[in-house]
Amino acid sequence: MAQEKRAGPVPVGAVVGLGLAAGAHNRIEGHWSGVWKGLKRNRLAVAGLYTVGFLLIMAATADFLANNKPYTMVYQGRTYFPIIRSGLVKFRLTQWQPELLNMDFKTVAAERIVFPPIPYLASDIDLTAPFESPSTKHWLGTDKLGRDVMAGLIHGSRISLSIGFVAVGIALTVGVILGALAGYFGSWADLAISRIFEIMLTLPTLFLLITIAAMFPPSIFLTMAIIGLTGWVGIARFTRGEFLKIRNLDYVTAALALGVSTRKIMFRHILPNALAPVMVSVVLGVAGAILVESSLSFLGIGVPAETVTWGSILNEARSSTFAWWLALFPGAAIFITVLSYYLVGEGLRDALDPRLRGSR
Amino acid sequence: MGTYLLKRLLLLVPTLIGITLVCFLVVRLAPGDPAELIAGGGLKGASGAGLSLEKRSVVDQALAEWRALYGLDKPLHIQYLVWLKNLFRLDFGNSFKDRRPVWDKIRERLPVTIKLNIFSILLVYLVAIPLGIYSATHADSLGDRITTFGAFILFSVPLIWAATMAIVFVCGGDFLYLFPPGGLTSIDYAREWPLWEKIKDQIWHLFLPVVLLSYDGFAGLSRYMRSSMLEVLRQDFVQVARAKGLSEHVVILKHVLRNSLIPQVTILASILPAFIGGSVIIETVFSIPGLGQLGFEAVLARDYPIVLALLTVSALLTLVGILLSDILLAVVDPRIAFGRRGQ
Repeated sequence: MAQEKRAGPVPVGAVVGLGLAAGAHNRIEGHWSGVWKGLKRNRLAVAGLYTVGFLLIMAATADFLANNKPYTMVYQGRTYFPIIRSGLVKFRLTQWQPELLNMDFKTVAAERIVFPPIPYLASDIDLTAPFESPSTKHWLGTDKLGRDVMAGLIHGSRISLSIGFVAVGIALTVGVILGALAGYFGSWADLAISRIFEIMLTLPTLFLLITIAAMFPPSIFLTMAIIGLTGWVGIARFTRGEFLKIRNLDYVTAALALGVSTRKIMFRHILPNALAPVMVSVVLGVAGAILVESSLSFLGIGVPAETVTWGSILNEARSSTFAWWLALFPGAAIFITVLSYYLVGEGLRDALDPRLRGSR
Repeated sequence: MGTYLLKRLLLLVPTLIGITLVCFLVVRLAPGDPAELIAGGGLKGASGAGLSLEKRSVVDQALAEWRALYGLDKPLHIQYLVWLKNLFRLDFGNSFKDRRPVWDKIRERLPVTIKLNIFSILLVYLVAIPLGIYSATHADSLGDRITTFGAFILFSVPLIWAATMAIVFVCGGDFLYLFPPGGLTSIDYAREWPLWEKIKDQIWHLFLPVVLLSYDGFAGLSRYMRSSMLEVLRQDFVQVARAKGLSEHVVILKHVLRNSLIPQVTILASILPAFIGGSVIIETVFSIPGLGQLGFEAVLARDYPIVLALLTVSALLTLVGILLSDILLAVVDPRIAFGRRGQ
């Protein structure tokens, strides 16, 4: 796992001077493999982990699961791979073959043509088929513009997850830096940074987000940024607490005595050991960010209106209450995603807490 | 205790400045000139090209007058100081939309939101405390695991999903008509109705919004209750109480419960801001004329004075809540006042 890699070479630098490298290294490895074992023993957390993995794969392969272009097509004796081609065209690596340009793949008289399981893109408007209930043609029905809900869910997972990860990445960066400064230096730095914590805690986060998202032009990047910039307080407080504890440990004193620079002590020696409890709030934070993003889309702000997201499909159900499929499926997608991140986060918390370890 | 209180209050000053500054800047630094967007609504096209120089100067003059009316012509820092000065007198300025004082508009909506939130908080405590007690007294039993897991599942249900599902399935769409799809009272609600009918009608309207606002609180609070109760159960005085022959009932309900309830009250402060945010969604979905709806409409209409007032007021209220709970904790646990905070 990624954490193991990060935690591996941890305080080794500091302890090398004392000739304890091997012992310390083993201890840390032991810690993380213990956590991993604890996590694996928790069946719910494992189920959550599988779901998270499944969602990541779905987001990564969205173009191959739901697309209005075929995987492969034999047309006038030549073989084409339009989905791969369209991906390359998007990144400007190549251009469409002239004969495929503006081709309607659905009606073309190809010798052989293989479509993905859901032969629609999330944005494919079909005004002849609005509000179709779930059928074999549209597995999860269509919305008021005839857009396929299943395709919307698959491509929407990409937006949800990327906003979740980037927002938490931003929150992690800000939170760890501020928390580290407050916890390591204490006194005035702590006092000042704790004021910032207090300010962030008192501001009504969701309303603040709604305000910013509605007043600025809609954009995915802005949504990521503001969710990240309002969601770091929990991470910062955990980091601060860990730094307070760790900075008084002997190995830090040893590093100080060796003349290791402050920055190196903070980020190379203390931080990797402080990350464990922070990981829990990172995992929970992804779920939180996904929830916030879907709430913003639900209110019709944040992500551009033409982008189909889980929240925006759910929003349509409000005004078309007969279309139950518009309410049930996107909401269930958000629920399952959030639940699985929570399960992983809770499992990680239990696995990290030595008091709970072995009690089950 | 006195020094602790003084220190706590002194530290409030930078926080207050920070809160007001952040609120002010967020609202004022949003792109777009409010004068163009709101007062210029009708003139917007006119301010563009194709207009004679003469006419454009008239438009510009009108916009300048509008800016002066709301004090938007002054430099930003002066605007901030003026706004801050007025804030102390609870004067939030006038709404851009109808020029009515913001405070009046907030006061109209306040009772609705307070009613909604008080009922929700009551419901959270009424459900979560007994659940927590049950879980703690039956720790690690099947029942404990089921309630814990159930509360956890509820906690993960997105509010927007629950609300939409309610609207679609039980609010008179193509399915059941168990609850009204919105509003606070029926359309034919009249003063002449007997009291019982009035109450019944209001409960019928409030039921779904209140339940939706509270269900995710069950998990957090019942877990919290469980752990703080388990902590008290481990202490010596419980052993003593049992040893002197008190019935288990008295031990749990009188000795343990009382001691584990204190932290529950203090976390009220941390629940409050979530409720204000939740109100936006619930009040929008169920068209309830509360503060959340007022705020969301103001945001969409770029009615800055209202947005600014709501942001600041809810931040300040939360701050007071945190302060009260800190003081309450210090009173309960004197170690805190001596600077030996836990984590």
